[in-house]
Amino acid sequence: MEHAVHDRGGMSPGEPIDRTEHELEDWELLTDALAGALARAGVMNVDQLRRGIESMPSDEYERAGYYERWLFSIETNLTEKGILVPGELDGRL
Amino acid sequence: MRFGPGQRVRVASRSHAGHCRTPVYLRGKTGTVACVHGSFTNPETRAYDSDGLPEQPLYGVVFVQHDVWPAYAGPSEDSLVVDVFEHWLEEA
Repeated sequence: MEHAVHDRGGMSPGEPIDRTEHELEDWELLTDALAGALARAGVMNVDQLRRGIESMPSDEYERAGYYERWLFSIETNLTEKGILVPGELDGRL
Repeated sequence: MRFGPGQRVRVASRSHAGHCRTPVYLRGKTGTVACVHGSFTNPETRAYDSDGLPEQPLYGVVFVQHDVWPAYAGPSEDSLVVDVFEHWLEEA
């Protein structure tokens, strides 16, 4: 059966998993807060957040960190809903 | 509720396109219902702008590690509990 990129239980990680803890950076905390605020405002829910992460191209998924995946999904969902215009965020950076 | 605690159940071995919470490593595996969590909106539709209704019963299902991983080398009584929605379960 085909595995989606995130559904990897039982698959070899290829190399030992880095289990060291690290402090979250400000943008990661803000990303978490943003997802919570969007959920409470009824804009997008956790299932949509997960679906957006799982739909990432596998090479981007593998490269991205945990909250980078959240940001990718939030941008995907807000663009689908027409709240963001495609490329709007890149244009402001 | 179709199932109750102590009942043997098998996870459907079908594939699923799109978002779902039933991991591939459990498809076709047999376990035992440990508890009934209640009914919840369906993440498979809620992930696509639906309200996720009707709610679906969700069970905590115990799987013996050796049944999930045939090469499992740990103690034979080792198990894991996974939350699985009713529409993924069959009588075993």
